[in-house]
Amino acid sequence: MKISVQAQDFNIGEEINALTRGRTDMGAVASFTGFVRDFHNGKSIHKMTLEHFPGMAEKQLGEIAKVAQGHWPLQGICIIHRFGPLLPGDQIVLVLTASAHRGAAFEAAQFIMDWLKTDAPFWKKEETSEGESWVAARSEDTHQKERWKKS
Amino acid sequence: MDLLYFARIRETIGCSSEKYNLPASVTTVGELMECLREKGTNYAAAFGDESLIRVAVNQTYVNFDHAISDGDEVAFFPPMTGG
Repeated sequence: MKISVQAQDFNIGEEINALTRGRTDMGAVASFTGFVRDFHNGKSIHKMTLEHFPGMAEKQLGEIAKVAQGHWPLQGICIIHRFGPLLPGDQIVLVLTASAHRGAAFEAAQFIMDWLKTDAPFWKKEETSEGESWVAARSEDTHQKERWKKS
Repeated sequence: MDLLYFARIRETIGCSSEKYNLPASVTTVGELMECLREKGTNYAAAFGDESLIRVAVNQTYVNFDHAISDGDEVAFFPPMTGG
């Protein structure tokens, strides 16, 4: 399992290679990458700054990964989340999940992202044409997370 | 105890961390927030809407009725918006 909270960018290809190198039992790797958008609620975004809780951010991502491992037969997990100033088009977060079959890999990647949105201590601040503002949490994100409790 | 503030709460209070001598009469996170509100208008504003406050004690999420003691690290922050 790889968990990293970092300022620097990441290379998706290198991360997939690192996850699968020397393995012949992985039938599927699902990959999710989150990027900075240049619009939000009709405003254009020039810059985004991600604040995090050092120590606890890594701990929470590790716990989310462990919960996923308990639900699906995963052979590998990689979660990378960036912090600091980012620009539209920049990569924010990477989730890789490896399993023998695609179903577990797809579902686990979505589960990790849904939990990460509401349970990992990161906060986004947007710089728009109308000034700076903290991004409000979306109730939709909580619903996305809650649906996993039903299954 | 160590108090940590993040994001909007950090900005509204005007600092990211501080030492705090926990009064013996204060035993829960909720009571601590009551005390902090009285430190000034910036604190009162930061802790105004409890629905927008999340708390971690020693890096574990807790509710406002969670028990605390003077050696704890208590972090206050808004709902998370990562990912």
